[in-house]
Amino acid sequence: MSDTLANDNRLAVLDHSRLRAKSSRPGAERGRISVRDVDIVFETASGSHVAVQNASLAVRPGEFVCLLGPSGCGKSTLMNSIAGFVPPTRGEVTIDGEAVTEPGPDRGMVFQQHSLFPWKTVKENVAFGPLMAGVGQNEANSVARTFLSLVGLAAFENAYPNTLSGGMQQRVGIARALANYPSVLLMDEPFGALDAQTRIMMQENLLEIWQEFRNTVVFVTHDIDEAVFLSDRIVVMSASPGRIIADIDVKLPRPREQSLLTSAEFMALKRQCLDLIRQETLNAFQQQNKAG
Amino acid sequence: MDSKSNAAMRTDDTLPDTPTALPESKTVPETPSVSLSETASKTEKPGAVPLRIWMRGTGARYLVRIMALVVAVVLWELASDNGFHFYVSFDNIPAPSIVGSALVAELTGQEFYLHILHSLERVAIAYVLAVVLGVLLGVAMGRSRWAEDIILPYIELLRPIPAVAWIPLAILMLPTEQSSIIFITFLGALFPVILNTVHGVEQTNSVLIRAARSLGASRTAILWHVVLPGAMPSIVAGLAIGMGVAWFSLLAGEIISGQYGIGYYTWNSYTLIQYPQIIIGMLTIGGLGTLCTSLVRKGCNPLLKWQAKGGRS
Repeated sequence: MSDTLANDNRLAVLDHSRLRAKSSRPGAERGRISVRDVDIVFETASGSHVAVQNASLAVRPGEFVCLLGPSGCGKSTLMNSIAGFVPPTRGEVTIDGEAVTEPGPDRGMVFQQHSLFPWKTVKENVAFGPLMAGVGQNEANSVARTFLSLVGLAAFENAYPNTLSGGMQQRVGIARALANYPSVLLMDEPFGALDAQTRIMMQENLLEIWQEFRNTVVFVTHDIDEAVFLSDRIVVMSASPGRIIADIDVKLPRPREQSLLTSAEFMALKRQCLDLIRQETLNAFQQQNKAG
Repeated sequence: MDSKSNAAMRTDDTLPDTPTALPESKTVPETPSVSLSETASKTEKPGAVPLRIWMRGTGARYLVRIMALVVAVVLWELASDNGFHFYVSFDNIPAPSIVGSALVAELTGQEFYLHILHSLERVAIAYVLAVVLGVLLGVAMGRSRWAEDIILPYIELLRPIPAVAWIPLAILMLPTEQSSIIFITFLGALFPVILNTVHGVEQTNSVLIRAARSLGASRTAILWHVVLPGAMPSIVAGLAIGMGVAWFSLLAGEIISGQYGIGYYTWNSYTLIQYPQIIIGMLTIGGLGTLCTSLVRKGCNPLLKWQAKGGRS
């Protein structure tokens, strides 16, 4: 609406030297993720629970990868180990060759919902990362404004998060994660709590923003449509223990728009994912029945 | 380039409730009573709407509250004048009219204000000490299991001890009368502040801590930007309760005061059998306690302004 006028300016103020995972110099790519032979085991009162088993995954810089699988399959856990929140029990996670030991601003996180600081205004939320990186208050504010116009929420910079709709809150969450110019963006079912119409719009908007940044994205979802629509690659995981069972290239043209959702190529990929997931769900059911 | 002009994010999410459509206030009833709105609409001027709404909502409620107190005063007057005696005896209780004239006499003198000033000073010192120490200990306990395990046994043991029971030890241990009174008042305010702070800190939303860590926040920054603001509603509740308990404890402390203080005034009136003054002292403590508590709440409001518009989950 009011942001269409500011549209051309908003891209001019982005720090383009910090954008894009692929630098013009060869060998200087940022955002290469490597997950090697990772097991993640949680010790609980009732014994050990294997959340992720023998997972290996290589993500190229600038690639948009969806982790797809049924609920509780360990896809969020795998992503949290890339984020640095969950250390692998076995194996190794590296970003650009460096082992991940703790969370850091090079890996921006977008959570499912309610992850904005409710006591900070929208602008203060987005300015938080730059402030922590040590830039001054003024510069942090101007970075925040830049990213808020990028997600179309410049007019709401002084609003508190609890006055915004769920979709708007998630856009602030995306702006906040991007304000650190991360080489990797990790998204944990970010649109899962939104209604269907809002979700589709958020997906389109995310792709438009990503087109500008071209950083590496790992996107966790259980929604097959979402995975096919967004990603370059879909990594399908099985339920307990979480294993990677398929790695599907999505060679759909970009930029993608809603009309793609009904195309034949889209349907074919969706069918492929559906069959895989269905087989997995059946296996899970049978296991449960045997156990019961 | 075409996709870029297309890239403007929509400001509306097609959700029916945009922020501008928020209801103004929860206290305004949506369906006012018919008779009130009819009479009001006839005399209503365009600029008078807020007052009319105020009278119907907040104003009417305050009117009811004042009336509730007036009814009690009238009943008390009747009971005292007629020597009501049925298990509860009003034989020796001065009527509100007598208390009122005694109060006028006190207010025209200087002594009464000195009592109040001394009490205010003691409460202020004790309260500030309790808030500073209470929040520090509370945050330490909420963040560190060690701190909690070391401090909690003391709190569990000492908290149930009433303020009066501290009088002998306070006199024996502390150098001056003033410091003994302040100590007793301080103890009263301390425990609610500590416990509410611990509660607030322990309730910190773990997603927010994870978000802060992924944004590069240090432990100190997380404490300052995430833990403390998140605990603030609970801390403010503790501050308000602490202020109430401070006044509560002050009376016990001022029993040992030789000269001034509203607690001393009340206690002294009892030993001198000055019944109207006892009631004046009691009501003054009640009034000052309520006043100070509401000042604390008002003063803390800016810290909680982010909650104000929160009607939605």
